[in-house]
Amino acid sequence: MKSKLNTTAIGLTSAFAVIALAAPALAQDAPDAAGVQKEAQYVFNTLLFLMGGFLVMWMAAGFAMLEAGMVRTKNVAMQCTKNIALYSIAGLAFWLVGYNLMYPGDGNWIVQDYIGTISPVTMPDPASDTANAYSTGSDWFFQMVFCATAASIVSGTLAERIKLWPFLIFVVVLCGIIYPIQGSWEWGTGWLDDMGFSDFAGSTLVHSTGGWAALVGAIVLGARRGKYGPNGEVIPMPGSNMALATLGTFILWLGWFGFNGASQLAMGTIADASSVSKIFVNTNLAAAAGVVSAIILNQLFYGKVDLTMALNGALAGLVSITAEPLTPAIWQAVVIGAVGGAIVVFTVPLLDKLRIDDVVGAIPVHLFAGIWGTIIVAWTNTGVSIVPQVVGVVAIGIFVAASSLVVWLFLAATIGLRPSEEDELEGMDKSEIGLEAYPEFGSGSQRV
Amino acid sequence: MKLITAIIKPFKLEEVRQSLTDLGIEGMTVTEVKGYGRQKGHTEIYRGAEYAVNFLPKLKIEVVVAETDVDRTIEAIGEMAKTGQIGDGKIFVSGVEKTIRIRTGETDAEAL
Repeated sequence: MKSKLNTTAIGLTSAFAVIALAAPALAQDAPDAAGVQKEAQYVFNTLLFLMGGFLVMWMAAGFAMLEAGMVRTKNVAMQCTKNIALYSIAGLAFWLVGYNLMYPGDGNWIVQDYIGTISPVTMPDPASDTANAYSTGSDWFFQMVFCATAASIVSGTLAERIKLWPFLIFVVVLCGIIYPIQGSWEWGTGWLDDMGFSDFAGSTLVHSTGGWAALVGAIVLGARRGKYGPNGEVIPMPGSNMALATLGTFILWLGWFGFNGASQLAMGTIADASSVSKIFVNTNLAAAAGVVSAIILNQLFYGKVDLTMALNGALAGLVSITAEPLTPAIWQAVVIGAVGGAIVVFTVPLLDKLRIDDVVGAIPVHLFAGIWGTIIVAWTNTGVSIVPQVVGVVAIGIFVAASSLVVWLFLAATIGLRPSEEDELEGMDKSEIGLEAYPEFGSGSQRV
Repeated sequence: MKLITAIIKPFKLEEVRQSLTDLGIEGMTVTEVKGYGRQKGHTEIYRGAEYAVNFLPKLKIEVVVAETDVDRTIEAIGEMAKTGQIGDGKIFVSGVEKTIRIRTGETDAEAL
């Protein structure tokens, strides 16, 4: 999302802004051509935010379907409950606290460049919403759905073994405090932005943040019962529905055009419109390269193509290109995405060796590929050097991991994170929320 | 009367059914079962980890026939369910004391 646009006052209004942009000859005859152009830019910038925003909002559906397909039938309703709840909580938390903590604006920081301000978001009168070159509501909405994405990442890793309420309480803290504070350091023009760190659409700010929170959560929580044998053997627990997991991945891929494309933050000039389009091309081909590299490596190393790894490969390619989708040439975007796919193939078994149980592969996809994508920005973006990239990755990693650890340990010591062994084995659909996703299939209660 | 129980590969069901129908055998019960024999299970790979599938899916067919039909029933099932590969299954034959058709109350040979 780069740093926010410079504040631009909008001049006189005109009812024919869009027409004027399409037909410059008309604009020249208008009484205030500059005013018309500014209003047209305002309209297009806002449109970009709104369209990008609803595409990213739809990624919540993608995560929900991916996770529903990757968990076993006895935990599907629980996983869907967590997803609809976390998306909703993220919005409310980002309204009450998150947004102004992340984007305090000049002079409003509690601790300059480190901690923003705490106050709920308010919307200006539409007729005088001219403080920026886009509408206030479109900006808030676009930023909010990014926050929700970070929370979605956590839910997939911790699936099938965390109780509902402690997870939702963690989401409140993540979306209201942890995510906005580290986000303010870069996108709120805080200290990381000042030192030259660059994260275009959030490989580190969104994906690694969710990934760190997920990793620490997985370590505190422990693996699903029965996942690892006494002699260190890995006992796979295949997901319930590969069709849903595939649909979820395609939804995420679609949503990513909003995630990266609209992070250009402007579409009111030829250069901006062309940039958004180039971002689409790079984003798409990085994902494609992630899939192809994952399936080739799977064939070579395991003698078969694993669909779930191909799906993870797409997402890893997307996360890898997210830190800089604009400056790479196409072939560079392909290389960046392909490395992301390779990261998945090699780190999924690595996590299992460490007995860190990541149900959907969110840690390799969002954390490891996010780190890769952030560091490699220095390769294609000549304005970025590698030192601030590493500093950003490490600083945000330490902050998010440490603050998440405190929250997870607090929750574990108070209300507890895990269900009883019997409840977990019975499945959290029945034991935790009393609603089965598939009552008439498998071992569902309504099956004859 | 004999109860003929056969464990077969699932994809062979339709051929077996057709062949028994051609013999004039009017009825069959099929159950989805899992098990292993000399074939044992096999291994699969999910997300880079190999795991054993110890119980393989099979179908259990149950047919009750008159003594005179036993041999050709066995022959038909054996012929149709055979692929020559390990895991083709087994046929068991056991005695049946009595058969009753619930609707009419007919018994034994009339009820088959």
